[in-house]
Amino acid sequence: MPSTRDIRRRIKSVKNTAQITKAMQLVAAAKMKKAQDQASNGRAYAEMMNKVLVNLKEHAEEGVHPFFSEGKGDKTLVLLIASDKGLCGALNTNLFKKLVTSKIEGEVEYVTIGKKAVQAINRLRRTLLADFPIKDPAKFAEVRAIGRFIQEKFRTGDYKKVLVVFNNFINTVTVVPTIEQLLPVNPVTLGGKRDFAPEIETATVTTEYTFEPSAAVVFETVLPQYVNDTVYQMVLESRASEHSSRMVAMKNATDNAKQMIKDLSLEYNKLRQAAITNELLEITTAKMALE
Amino acid sequence: MPLKLEIVTPEARIYSDEVDTVVLPGYEGEMGVLPAHANLVTTLLPGELRITKDGKTTEMAIGEGLVEVTGTVTRILTDVALDADKIDEKAAEEAIERAKKTLAELKPGEHQEEVAAAMAAIQRATAHLHIKRKRRTV
Repeated sequence: MPSTRDIRRRIKSVKNTAQITKAMQLVAAAKMKKAQDQASNGRAYAEMMNKVLVNLKEHAEEGVHPFFSEGKGDKTLVLLIASDKGLCGALNTNLFKKLVTSKIEGEVEYVTIGKKAVQAINRLRRTLLADFPIKDPAKFAEVRAIGRFIQEKFRTGDYKKVLVVFNNFINTVTVVPTIEQLLPVNPVTLGGKRDFAPEIETATVTTEYTFEPSAAVVFETVLPQYVNDTVYQMVLESRASEHSSRMVAMKNATDNAKQMIKDLSLEYNKLRQAAITNELLEITTAKMALE
Repeated sequence: MPLKLEIVTPEARIYSDEVDTVVLPGYEGEMGVLPAHANLVTTLLPGELRITKDGKTTEMAIGEGLVEVTGTVTRILTDVALDADKIDEKAAEEAIERAKKTLAELKPGEHQEEVAAAMAAIQRATAHLHIKRKRRTV
């Protein structure tokens, strides 16, 4: 049975932990707000771009741009976007589980964002091509370097396709680990439900498009931008997911610590009461013995 | 038949409404779009966008981007879109100065991306100024 002093000590240490997790919760909450806004603001653009290009892919001639068709090689390039820091619940674990359970055919090479992603790839003994550190909040200029790297790799023709593994942000408590195909251009889901009307597509299916000045020029300007923008949006989704998960994890930790303090205090008071009763008993017995 | 116009930038969805006509700065010059326009895709140059709705014309400054025109919808994807009223003349002038300075510092041949970015900034800011000053003389 622990002494009252032991329990007091434990209460103190739990209180300290609660204070730290509470502070982390507040920091994560502030960052979460910003990251969520950033992610949801950029979503419309990235989605619209994706939709327009997927639509144009149907109408464009075969081989007008390398980003519209699979490369000749049979390797697959995977971009894995995880967080830099831990303490965000099962966020990264779920993401890596998704990666491991989804069987990607052929030889796979990896590009990573985030320290946790590098660690995971090393632990799984997979081929790591490059790791890009991204600050928080994510800057577009940093992401552009990744976009360029991916494009260069894909243009060599060694890779059949480029996949991205990232956390899709739905809302503060729901985050979905997702695998999407970045190249060749393919429909991509970002965030929750798509918020544009799908009825427009059907009207244009049979008709031809005119390209000014030419299809090749239009795609050559737009597609590199598309890759950069999409990767950036995916990073934003991952960041929003990370901060939300951390906020929720820290809130749970704080709540648990509070419950623990409550339980320990109860036990402490019981022990204290027992000690007092014991003492009173001893005094009365001693007094009775003297009489 | 109405023409639906949608303008989105990486920051936000700027415009989504039915309009009568829209005039935009395409790759091969200014281009007017009316309902039932032939399907067309072109890149945009930084410049001025004019939207006419119910006889009223609004102007916007837009950056580089892409436009997809179909008979019923015009979708504009651009990096910036600003209402003419919101343009800050002083900020635009400063932006031009800054970009010119960066251009002077960069060596030719190297830093192609930075040069392109600075050129785009000049083009964009000039477009802003142009719209602002034109409005004043009217």
